[in-house]
Amino acid sequence: MGTEILKTPAPTAEELLGRAVQDPRDLTRYLYYLRNVRAEGLSVAVAPLDAAINWSRASSIWPLTFGIACCAIEMMATGAAKYDLDRFGAGAFRPTPRQADLMIVAGTVTHKMAPRVRRLYDQMPEPKFVMAMGACTIGGGPYSRLGYHVVKGIDRFLPVDVCVPGCPPRPEALIDALMYLQRKIAADRPVTDRYLRPFFSKEKRR
Amino acid sequence: MSEANVTETAPPASRRDSLRTEEMLLNMGPQHPSTHGVLRLVVRTDGEMVRESWPQIGFLHRCFEKIAESLPYAQALPYADRMDYLGSVNNGLAFCLGVEKLGAIEVSERAAHLRVIAAELNRIASHLIAFGTYALDLGAFTPFIYGFREREMAVSILEKLSGGRLLYHYPRIGGVANDLTPEIASDIRAFLVQMRKVWPEYNALLSDNQIFVKRTANVGVVTREQAIAWGFTGPCLRASGVRFDLRKDQPYSLYERFAFDVPIGEGTKGTTGDCWDRYWVRMVEILESCRIVEQALDGIPEGPVLTKVPRVLKLPKGEVYVPCENPRGELGFYIVSDGDPKALRIKSRGPSFCNLSIVNEICRDVLLADVVAILGSIDIVLGEVDR
Amino acid sequence: MNPREIHTLLKERFGEAVRDWTEPEVGDSSLDLDSGSLHDVCVLLRDDSALRFDFLRLVSAVDRTDRIECVYHLWSYELAHSAALRVELDRSDPRVASLSDVWPTAEWHEREAYDMMGVVFENHPHLHRILLPEDWEGYPLRKDYVAPREYNGLTNE
Repeated sequence: MGTEILKTPAPTAEELLGRAVQDPRDLTRYLYYLRNVRAEGLSVAVAPLDAAINWSRASSIWPLTFGIACCAIEMMATGAAKYDLDRFGAGAFRPTPRQADLMIVAGTVTHKMAPRVRRLYDQMPEPKFVMAMGACTIGGGPYSRLGYHVVKGIDRFLPVDVCVPGCPPRPEALIDALMYLQRKIAADRPVTDRYLRPFFSKEKRR
Repeated sequence: MSEANVTETAPPASRRDSLRTEEMLLNMGPQHPSTHGVLRLVVRTDGEMVRESWPQIGFLHRCFEKIAESLPYAQALPYADRMDYLGSVNNGLAFCLGVEKLGAIEVSERAAHLRVIAAELNRIASHLIAFGTYALDLGAFTPFIYGFREREMAVSILEKLSGGRLLYHYPRIGGVANDLTPEIASDIRAFLVQMRKVWPEYNALLSDNQIFVKRTANVGVVTREQAIAWGFTGPCLRASGVRFDLRKDQPYSLYERFAFDVPIGEGTKGTTGDCWDRYWVRMVEILESCRIVEQALDGIPEGPVLTKVPRVLKLPKGEVYVPCENPRGELGFYIVSDGDPKALRIKSRGPSFCNLSIVNEICRDVLLADVVAILGSIDIVLGEVDR
Repeated sequence: MNPREIHTLLKERFGEAVRDWTEPEVGDSSLDLDSGSLHDVCVLLRDDSALRFDFLRLVSAVDRTDRIECVYHLWSYELAHSAALRVELDRSDPRVASLSDVWPTAEWHEREAYDMMGVVFENHPHLHRILLPEDWEGYPLRKDYVAPREYNGLTNE
């Protein structure tokens, strides 16, 4: 992530950690390390704030518990024993939109349901991401031609970040989509503009 | 999305004696962690007590019946799978049986055996989800992980058999999609051994757990008369003490050849027909399904698996209703044909739809937390409630 | 009892209200009734000791383009026999008595038939749309139904 530490690590800090910092590019270990050197009163420098914020956002995505139809079962399977979404930091399914930052729309959205989905999305705090899981949410799926009560794609009322095709998608596909979303988040610049100048007011952003 | 209407503010201390309480309307759902999908429940509460509850459904109405009568029979079949997505083999089987009965299409013995194997494996997978999510509703997370561990085995067998992980489209009109291989057969046997091994573990984990029993026993009691009058079917009906199983009483697809017991609720932990009984019937059914799969696997004859069916299937003029035992109860398709390649009307009788209609009857004067226990024990699938 | 015997028994009790028996070439048979006598027949079917139909399996409305039919499938747990009743309704104004006081499970089935086909069930305690939103126009399962191009600002194409 292009981070660089200015001061060479003190051996006492490594003892504190109980293991050596092998790879300075590994930010996870780095932050552990930084916490421990700070305890010793050493001065350190941290890498770009963009990278640090993106790293924390991407590795603790909290999805909203939001199963609508068939795909929800595959979403549950992804969170359960075999596929274990927790490995990617996204296993903490929140029952309330106020605590969630990823909405996995898993299942067919109907005309009766659409206002509720929109309302849940509006209740989520920024930054928020939407994953359209399954053919129905992408474009109506098997119900696109004859389903008079099915919304033909949730992009008609929600901004979608990632689409996961399949009917239903396999858990591997959902995990792949999640990693795609993590890359997408990592490419974001939360505190700098396109000339890499930091901005502090919302008006100047983009 | 709860909209609480509290119109009354607390009165001043001098008027404490005449403290009035007011009933409150609460919304549960359609997005609610314990409603098994997009069910909305409007409950009238008096403090913690629920006086009335009205289920609001239709949030997943996917127009199955209109689509089914606009497409040829073979094309309507995958939509039947998507109704009850936890028991998709059972759904497809019910649809195929209806079409085959009206069209007098013969199914080979091998195909019928394979249908039984797939349907029972799917039933086990469905009951394991019911086990896991019911515990989840009541605040226990571990059984969910256990249930999904064994379910993955069943699902991977069905995947090898049919190609799909959740929606199999395995029974076809005239037979099944793919044949059994020796590898799959040995997988199934390994799964049965594993399932029987961990079944006592499940009981130690949940069934006999004191907290679980306290939450479910004597809660949401449905009497035998209520169950019949409100159209309860499946494990819910049997929990109320009615020994009725379509696999036994109106056998289809060679079920009459297999020996298995029909468990009924006996009020082991409380009253007959309470939530624990409904849960327990499902648990025992897992073992019974294992027995059926084993017998079907032992007695499977050689032969073709798919009868040749005309590309444009025209059923004769007439109508038929074929009920089938779904993991949740009686699933039937009422097919009316007027001789065209498309049906005139396909009406599905979904068990979850009928089982859910009793909620207002039994969620009266119970605690708010018990509503969750009752809903979970009925084990609804919204895809089939709304169709 | 097979459907033929049930038909004979009903014919004795209700006379002209029960139509003549027609043997179907394939599939299930049904007992055709006058819509006016449906409620009385159902009370008898439920209470008579030789019939004892305690379980209403489903209520289905069928649009046959010139008329609407309501079909009721019954089952008796006690005597293990089944029957299907059929009433024909006027397509422009389909009305029939509600059976929700005979079998409580009919309540939701009838609401669904009302929602999908527009059959009005008289004396129903709560006859509203059940699956579709309350302000939805038209009855989707009718043969001449045209899906709306737009609902709530969302296009349907």
